[in-house]
Amino acid sequence: MTSTLQRSAGGASAVRGPVRRLSAWLHRHAGVRLAALLTAPLLWLVVAYLGSLAVLLVSALWTVNGFTGAVVHQPTLDNFRTILSDEVYRAVTLRSVGVAAAVTAIDALIALPMAFYMAKVARPRYRRWLVVAILTPLWASYLVKAYAWRVLLANGGPVDWLLGGPGNGPGYGLTATVLVLAYLWLPYMILPIYAGLERLPDSLLEASGDLGARAGRTLRAVVLPVIVPSVIAGSIFTFSLSLGDYITVQIVGGKTQLIGNLVYANIGAANNLPFAAALATIPVLIMVIYLVAVRRSGALEEL
Amino acid sequence: MTLSRSARWLLRGAMALGLAFIYLPLAIVLVNSFNADRTFAWPPPRWTTEWWTRAWDNAGAREALWMSVKAGLGATAIALVLGSLVAFAVQRYRFFGRDTVSLLVLLPIALPGIVTGIALDTAFRSVMAPLGVEKGLFSVIVGHATFCVVVVYNNVLARLRRSGGNLQEASADLGADGLQTFRYVTFPVLRSALLAGALLAFGLSFDEIIVTTFTAGPGVQTLPIWIFSNLFRPNQAPVINVVAAVLIVASVVPIYLAQRLSDTATGGRL
Repeated sequence: MTSTLQRSAGGASAVRGPVRRLSAWLHRHAGVRLAALLTAPLLWLVVAYLGSLAVLLVSALWTVNGFTGAVVHQPTLDNFRTILSDEVYRAVTLRSVGVAAAVTAIDALIALPMAFYMAKVARPRYRRWLVVAILTPLWASYLVKAYAWRVLLANGGPVDWLLGGPGNGPGYGLTATVLVLAYLWLPYMILPIYAGLERLPDSLLEASGDLGARAGRTLRAVVLPVIVPSVIAGSIFTFSLSLGDYITVQIVGGKTQLIGNLVYANIGAANNLPFAAALATIPVLIMVIYLVAVRRSGALEEL
Repeated sequence: MTLSRSARWLLRGAMALGLAFIYLPLAIVLVNSFNADRTFAWPPPRWTTEWWTRAWDNAGAREALWMSVKAGLGATAIALVLGSLVAFAVQRYRFFGRDTVSLLVLLPIALPGIVTGIALDTAFRSVMAPLGVEKGLFSVIVGHATFCVVVVYNNVLARLRRSGGNLQEASADLGADGLQTFRYVTFPVLRSALLAGALLAFGLSFDEIIVTTFTAGPGVQTLPIWIFSNLFRPNQAPVINVVAAVLIVASVVPIYLAQRLSDTATGGRL
C-alpha cells in the first residue's frame, strides 16, 4: 500500500515536479503559508486602515491658524481642551450617545418578539420567507429609506394625515431622528437574535416545560442566556451606526446636531480638519470601550 | 415550553406590526412615484407616469449609477481576495494575535462610517497627495474595500468552519498537491460562500454614502451621493422619488440571488 502510494506520488512528481515540490515544501513550512496568507490583508488593514486612523489621531493634536487657515503641525491638546470645556460639545456628545442608546433599546424591544416568533412560533416552512422579508429592506438603499421617512413625516404628509391633520405628527426633529435610525437599523438587531434563537434546540424548551417551568421561567432561565450575546451583537451595529450618523439627522432631524454633524461641519464649512479629527475620536473611544466591554460576553462571535 | 394561545397571538401580532413598520414607508415611496402632486400631497390627488419618463431621461442619475457599479465591482474584487485570505489564516492556523486579526477585520464596520471616512480622507490628503495620488474613483474603492472585507471574511470563515479539514486531508492522502486540492476540493466547497460574500460586499458598497462623501475626488458621484445632493431641491423631488422606487424594487434581485446561492436562509452572514 505504502509503496504504491509512493510510486504514484513519485510518478506525478516526474510530470509536474516544481508545483509538487513547492506544494510539499509549503506543507512543511506552516509559517511561510501563514505569512503568504496574511501579508496582503494585514498590509491593507494595518497600513491603509490603522495607518489612516493613526494619522487621524495625530492630526487631532494639530491646530489651524485662525488667520491663514493653514494647519499648524505643532502638537497640542488645545482641541481636546476645547471639547472638554465647552458646554456645546458636551451636550452634543451626550445627545449622540442618548440617541444611539435609545435607538438600540427601541430596536431590541421590537426585534425580540419578532425574532422569537420567527424562530420558535412560525412554522418551519414560513421561517425562510420571514427571514427574507426582514432581509429585503436591507438591500433597499439607506438614503431611500431615510427619504421615505422624510416624505412620511413631512408637514401634511401621511403621518400627519393619519393623526388627523397637518402638525399632529412629530415632524422633523430629535424624535424623528431616533425613529428613523431605529427603522434603519432594525434588521441588524433582528437577524443576530433570530440566529441565536434558531440555534437553541426546541428540545431544551420542552425539557424546561417538562420539568415544570412556566413560560416566564423558561424565558428567563433558558432563552435569556442564549440571546444576550445576540442582542449585544446587534447592539454593536445599532449603536455604532447611530453614533456616527449625520445623514439621517440632516434629512429628518431639522436643526438637531449630533457628533457626526459637528465633524462634518468642521471638515466642510469651517475647514478645521484637526478639530474634526479631535471630535471624531469621541465615537472611536466610545466604540472601543463598548467593544472591549462586550468582548467577554462572546458577542463578537455572533457577528 | 408551551406558549398559551394568547401569547402566540400576541407574538403573531408583534410580527405583523413589525413587518408593517418595515414595509409601509417603502410602499409609500412606490405609491408616491405615481403621485401627480409635485410636493406629494397626501392622499394623492391625481396619478401620473410623467416622473418615470423624466427619471429615465435623467443623465445625472444614469452616470451616477454607472459610477456606483464601477466602485462596487472594484471594492468587491479586493474584498474577495483579502477576506478569503484572512479567513483561511484564521481558520487553519493558530498564531499569536489571531484574535486581534479578527477584531481588526471587524473594526472598519464597527467604527462609525464617519470615522473611517475622515481617517482615509486625512491619510489621502496628507500622505497620498504629496506622492501624486489624488482622490478619485480609486480612493472610493479603497475606502469601500476596507469595510467590505469583513462580509467576505465572515462568509468564508463560516463555510470553512462548517466543512472542516477532512476533505482537504483526504485529497492530500489521495495524492493531490496543494493547487489541485484547492482547485478541486476547497474552491467548490467555498464557491457559494464567496458569491454570497461578494453579493453582500457589492450591496454594502452600492449603498455607502458616508465613506464615499469623504473619499470621492472631484467629479466622482456615486448614486447615493447624487440622490443626497438632489434631495433638498424641491423640483427634483419627483425624480428622486422614482429613483428611490426603482432601488426598492431592484433590492429584490440580490435577495433572490442570495436565496438561490446560499444554503442558509439568511443568504450569507452580515
